[in-house]
Amino acid sequence: MDVGRHPNIRLLAYSEVEKVEGELGDFKVTVRKKARYVDESKCTGCGACAEKCPTAISDEYNLGLANAKAIYRYFAQGIPSTYTINTNFCRNFQAGKKCGVCAKVCQAGAIDYKQQDQVLEVEAGAVILATGYELFDARRIPEYGYGRLPNVVTALEFERFLSASGPTHGHVYRPTDLALKESLPELEKSRQKAFKALEKFEKQFEKTSDEFYPLYEAGELKGEDYEKWAEQVRAFRDLDGEVQARKEKVASLESAHRLAFIQCVGSRDIRFNRYCSGFCCMHAIKEAIIAREHDPQAQVYIIGMDIRAVGKGFEEYRNRGAKESHIEYVRSRVAEITEDKDHSPVIWYEDTKERVVKSLPVDLVILSTACEPSPATRILADIIGLEVNDFGFYATDPSQPLDTSRPGIFVCGCAQSPMDIPESVAQASSAAARAAQVLSGSGTLRLAS
Amino acid sequence: MSGHAMKKGNADAQETRIGVFICHCGSNIAGYLDCEAVTKYATTLPGVVYAKNNLYTCSEAGIGEIKSAIAEHKLNRVVVASCSPRTHMPLFKSACGEAGLNPYLFEMVNIRDQCSWVHMQEREEATGKAMDLVRMGVAKATFLEPQEDIESSLVRRAVVIGGGMAGLSAAEALGDMGMEVILVEREPRLGGLLRRINRIAPRGGSAAELIEERISRVQSRDNIKICLESEVTAVGGYIGNYEVTVRDRAGQESQETVGCIVVATGGVPLVPEGLFGYNGRNVITQIELEERLKSGPLDATRVVMIQCAGARSAERPYCSRICCLTAVKNAIYIKEQNPEADVHILYRDIQMYGAENERLLWESRGMGVRYDVYNVERPPVVKEDVVEFYQPLMGQVYDLPYDLVVLSTPVVAREDAPAISQLMRIPIDQNNFFLEAHAKLRPLDFATDGIFLCGSARYPATVGEARAQGLGAASRAGTVLFKDKLVTSALVAAINPETCVGCQGCLMVCPYGAIRFDTQRGVCEVNTILCKGCGNCASTCPSQSVVLKGFSPKQLLSQIRVMLS
Repeated sequence: MDVGRHPNIRLLAYSEVEKVEGELGDFKVTVRKKARYVDESKCTGCGACAEKCPTAISDEYNLGLANAKAIYRYFAQGIPSTYTINTNFCRNFQAGKKCGVCAKVCQAGAIDYKQQDQVLEVEAGAVILATGYELFDARRIPEYGYGRLPNVVTALEFERFLSASGPTHGHVYRPTDLALKESLPELEKSRQKAFKALEKFEKQFEKTSDEFYPLYEAGELKGEDYEKWAEQVRAFRDLDGEVQARKEKVASLESAHRLAFIQCVGSRDIRFNRYCSGFCCMHAIKEAIIAREHDPQAQVYIIGMDIRAVGKGFEEYRNRGAKESHIEYVRSRVAEITEDKDHSPVIWYEDTKERVVKSLPVDLVILSTACEPSPATRILADIIGLEVNDFGFYATDPSQPLDTSRPGIFVCGCAQSPMDIPESVAQASSAAARAAQVLSGSGTLRLAS
Repeated sequence: MSGHAMKKGNADAQETRIGVFICHCGSNIAGYLDCEAVTKYATTLPGVVYAKNNLYTCSEAGIGEIKSAIAEHKLNRVVVASCSPRTHMPLFKSACGEAGLNPYLFEMVNIRDQCSWVHMQEREEATGKAMDLVRMGVAKATFLEPQEDIESSLVRRAVVIGGGMAGLSAAEALGDMGMEVILVEREPRLGGLLRRINRIAPRGGSAAELIEERISRVQSRDNIKICLESEVTAVGGYIGNYEVTVRDRAGQESQETVGCIVVATGGVPLVPEGLFGYNGRNVITQIELEERLKSGPLDATRVVMIQCAGARSAERPYCSRICCLTAVKNAIYIKEQNPEADVHILYRDIQMYGAENERLLWESRGMGVRYDVYNVERPPVVKEDVVEFYQPLMGQVYDLPYDLVVLSTPVVAREDAPAISQLMRIPIDQNNFFLEAHAKLRPLDFATDGIFLCGSARYPATVGEARAQGLGAASRAGTVLFKDKLVTSALVAAINPETCVGCQGCLMVCPYGAIRFDTQRGVCEVNTILCKGCGNCASTCPSQSVVLKGFSPKQLLSQIRVMLS
């Protein structure tokens, strides 16, 4: 919000850097501002378009746990609040289909299906890269079962579960339980359909099904129609029983009480990333403490090799987690996750304190996935001609932690190395200082008036 | 909606026209109380001519609605009922300003943190409470008065206290930005703790070379004045105009007027008297090891390092962040010098966070450095020539013979940190490290405007982190020093000299040193730049001579009255 409103900051969202030419003090950056098919100057962000859009798609921000529309904004408080059409799904952009609903409902007349990408040239004295990170795809570790075992989720997905504005409104329900709940209306619909079919027969033969069926069973009523009716009665009774059973099951569902975090998923692992992702231990502790706040019955385990609580106040936070939220820290590298009945995950690990292999049944497993360089980091490194280190982050020297291999181009945050929020914020200021430092030398930067 | 009968708000000729905006905050508020009902209710309140609910009042669309309603409905007061004023008040106030309404005619009501979030299971009651809160906000808004921001001049100079890596980086950056800098260092030489360090992790470069390069850069600038063997003895004034007294070796005091102050006073490694048989001879600390490594080949081939010596304990509960890295770095150096050396590191959690540090851990393992976890309930015992060590993995006790035991002790706050804290009125935490304004979002700022923090004075930092933070603090100071003038909130205390009896009760309770007693006139005065508007003085004054603007008795009593009505 501060950035969006700052008079000296021009925000080019939904844009990509295509070229960086020139040198320190005199860069020319070519930026492609991608077509949103919505006019930024007209859109008020009211959301009427998304409300009426007939095409539901998976909501990326909620990690597919909720639905969005083909005209969307990534999340509600994003800056700018302009909507964007996802042309991969929008009917107007898919051959042979017509729609135009958003254009019709938009009071501001902001929808522009003919909008084109814009290529801009930006002059700059220095460039700061803050291209961030991406999370490790936990599917790459098959023994942890992510993607296969429904009640194994990632720490970021769990963040959405805990969020009051998330898909479960802050309640921690297991994905299988959620699916069960969501399947109920569909089942009830089938039951209703079967019921309607019975009504048809009842009308035709002027008998209730309950009257008819014993007679049929006794062999008093014969014929093709009666057979069909009988079949329908059986089908209905099955469905009805199923609905009752599922209703009871759904009514008895509780939120997940036994939770286990698995640390270093894709980090400190010679197969994937040898490095430590830095922030995941604290992230797990924070989520564990919040889960316990939401559910005083929650029992949370954090299973990892070392608990790296190295920032200011972090060790104290970790201890508070143990003392007040009853988090159990288990020193181990988890070997495998299997499944028990009801899709409850079972964690297999060696307890290094007791020197025995143990199994731990839980309701939900949360994987603390590694911090990896974002694809943008590699692409920009190629475009600009910057060195990356063995891990794929922008290469810097410890004595000049903000300087990339090209003068005048600086880096901060997780594009340089995995780090937590305070360090990222401090580094962002540092990168700004480096830019000011080199620019004031070249006379590009002046004091105000 | 504007067709309602309106009561006169105050004696002013102008009629009171209040606009109320009720925010859903997605489902954060609307999920737990009835926003539509609250909005409808707001339209019935005296003075309210317009009320509207939005999905997100803070969104661009929401802000746009406030602005257009001010024009369309000729609003002269705006009330937003949403989240915390701490995060969103500035946004809404400036939106009012942009629409031509004096920003001080804005009032905020918190119906999220103080209502929907705490009454998630009681929809009806939460809705009722939100109505109460809105009624109170509207009542107060009726009595709001326009105010003007306070403007003051600033001096484009900075004092940097401490000449280690953080302070040098801050001074150099500020110097390069064209600011005049006074760098104050207590020791006879610049360089700080790095002077005692041998090599720098993770690449193993020479610490001396690194620090010399930074020092020479600072020395070569003619806009950086270096005061060695000097200390800051007094600090007065406020952002933009601090008066800093510097005392040199000879005891001479000089005064510097500066706009900002950077605190980079560093930390010191703990000397572990009484811990693990520390003796300074064959049981030493990492920093003592650094000095030995610097001075020549190590005369020890069997080295045992013990981590968390005096840290993560009841006495010192924090993790000192950099000691694991130091131990691994020194272990590698010893193995490089003598591959046959036996180096064994006993640890609790090996804190090699981040990409490059963890790499060192792998490399050191490959070089044959041995690592073992020890149990904090059964820590290693340093005996005459062995370290007795319980290995929890094997469940056995081992005797590790040694030539040298190295204790990895934490960096602790300097002894004079509490004194500096008092001198500058900046807070310290329970471990005596300086306390930043916000742990996550303002790591290099103090709550006191114009004073910034970096390096191990904040928390133990590696060389790279100290450098980044030094640069960052310079950047933060730059955001002040690059300005033409300073603008601060008008919501400050004012003392009526006519009724003040000079009891100085207010002076005693002011946490910002913003009140001064005028001995000539026998009354107290408020420095409006230093005043943060906390209101301690106003609630203390026995003669009701202190009024906090924006929180006058009239405004507050009107809120209480409508609450009880």
